[in-house]
Amino acid sequence: MIRTEEISFHIGTFHLHRFSINIAKGEYFILLGPPGSGKTIFLECLCGLKKVDSGRIYIEKRDVTYIESRARGIGYVPQDYALFPHLSVEQNIAFGLRVRGCQYKEMQSKITATAELLDIRRLLSRRIHGLSGGEKQRVALARVLVLQPKILLLDEPVCALDEVTRQEVCVQLLNIQRRLGLTTIHVSHNLEEAFTVADRAAILNVGVLQQVGRLDELVGKPSSDFVARFMRREKHLSCKCNGQAHAEPGQPCESP
Amino acid sequence: MKTVVETPVRGWRDRIFSAAPFFFVSVFVIFVLTLIITDIFYVDKKAVATVLASKFIRHALWMSIWTSCVTTLIALLFAVPMGYSLSRFRFPGQILVDAIVDLPIVFSPLVAGLTLLVFFQTSLGRWIQEDLRIEFVFQPKGIVLCQFVAAASLAIRSAKTAFDDVDRRYENVALTLGCTQFGSFRRVCLPLARNGIIAGGILTWSRAFGLFGPLMIFVGSFRGRTEVLSTTIFLEQSVGNLEVALAIALLLIFVALIAVTGIRLVGGSTMAKL
Repeated sequence: MIRTEEISFHIGTFHLHRFSINIAKGEYFILLGPPGSGKTIFLECLCGLKKVDSGRIYIEKRDVTYIESRARGIGYVPQDYALFPHLSVEQNIAFGLRVRGCQYKEMQSKITATAELLDIRRLLSRRIHGLSGGEKQRVALARVLVLQPKILLLDEPVCALDEVTRQEVCVQLLNIQRRLGLTTIHVSHNLEEAFTVADRAAILNVGVLQQVGRLDELVGKPSSDFVARFMRREKHLSCKCNGQAHAEPGQPCESP
Repeated sequence: MKTVVETPVRGWRDRIFSAAPFFFVSVFVIFVLTLIITDIFYVDKKAVATVLASKFIRHALWMSIWTSCVTTLIALLFAVPMGYSLSRFRFPGQILVDAIVDLPIVFSPLVAGLTLLVFFQTSLGRWIQEDLRIEFVFQPKGIVLCQFVAAASLAIRSAKTAFDDVDRRYENVALTLGCTQFGSFRRVCLPLARNGIIAGGILTWSRAFGLFGPLMIFVGSFRGRTEVLSTTIFLEQSVGNLEVALAIALLLIFVALIAVTGIRLVGGSTMAKL
C-alpha cells in the first residue's frame, strides 16, 4: 500500500537517511522514536509537504514522489491538529469537501455521518477556540475522515491528552481504523500507545531507521542497543559472535 | 449581565502596576481632546457657515475622500501580494528589499514631493506624461501618486506582519485537504491575516487623507481642481483666515474619525462573521 524506497531528505543539519519501508493495506503501523528523530518530517514527505532529495514514494503501486499533496489521497492530522481558528467546527469538517466543490446536500450528509462516527454532533456549531484537547483531536480526525482517504497519517495524535483519555482514544482510533479499513501510520514517542494499537512498528533515531517489525520482535530481538533501550529492555546484553560461540534466547551467552 | 471577575489578593505595588498604564492612557487622551476642544472654541459660527457654504471646500472634501480611498485600494493591492511574499519566501538581498520597502516612510514630505517632480523631468517621466498621456504633475492623479508614495509602505509593512503571524501549518494542512497553493492562501491565510491587513488599510487611509507636504510641491493647490482639505487649510491660514482654516481642520478630523471608526467596525464584523 505505502512503499518508500530509500527516501532521503535534509533540512539544516538534520538528515533523513535512505528511509525504506513497506506498509500493507489496512495495517496499523506505528512509527516510534525520541523527539527530534525525524518522525514528523517523514510524514510530511509522505503527504507531499516536503519534497524528498532522492528516493521514491509509492502509494498503491503508483509513484507519487512528485505528485502534489492534494492528489495523494492521504488524510494527515498534524501534531496539534492545526484546526482553522477562523472557521467553526462544522466549517472545519466541511473544508475539504467545499474545496472539492461538493454539493450542499451531499456535504451535509457526509458531515453528519462523520460527526456521528466520532460522536461530535453536538460540537458542530461551536468555534474552535474553547474546545478541549480531546474534542479538537476528534474534530481534526473528522476533517480528514470526511474525505474518505485510504491512508491516515496521525502525528502524535494523543500526546496532548491526559494519561487516562490517551488510552481510551487509542482504542477508539484502532476501532475506527479497523471499521474503515484505513492504512494508518501513527507517529509517537510513547511506547504504551504502540502496545495498544500497533500491528507493526518501526523505530527511528536521528533520521535513521533502526528496526521494523512486530512489537514482540522488537522487544525479543532488538537489532541494536538503541532499540533495546527504547523498548525498555534494561537487562539486555550486547555481544558479538565470532563464529564459534553463539547465544540462544534463554541460554546464557558463552563468552567468546 | 455583569460579569464578575475574580481578582487575586493584591498588594499596593500591584495596584500601582495596574494604575500606571491608565495614567498614561488618560494623559494622552486628554491631551488630544484638549487640542481639538481648543480648536472648537477658537472657531466661530461665521467660519463654520463659510466652510459649509463654500463650493470649493466641498469639492476639496470630496477630493480628499476619493483620492485617499483610491490610494488605500491601490496600496492594499500591492500590500497583500508583497506582504505575503516578503513573509513567506526567502530570497537573496531580502534585507535590502525590506529596507527599501520601508524607505518611503522616512522620506520627509518635502523630499517626496521634490523627488516626484524631478522624476517627471527625466526622459522616462516625460515619456509617461507626454507619450502615454498619463499626466500626474499638477493633476488629480498626482494626488493619488503622492499619497501612494507616502503611505503604501505602511500597508505593506502591516500586511507582512499579519502574514508572519499566520502559522504556516494551517496552509500546509489546507494543501493536504485538497487546496492548491492559491486556494490555501485565499481560504486560510488571507482570512487569518485579515485583521492586520485592515489595520494597515486604516493607517494608509489616515496618512493619505491628511497628507500635505508633497502635494504642495507636486500638484499644487488649485481651487476646484487639485485642492484637498489639508492644502485648503494651508491656503486659508496663509491669507489670514485662521478661523476658516481651523473650521476646515475640524471637518477633516471629524471625517477621519468617522472613517477610521467605520473601517474598524466593518473590519471587526467581517472578522466575527468568519
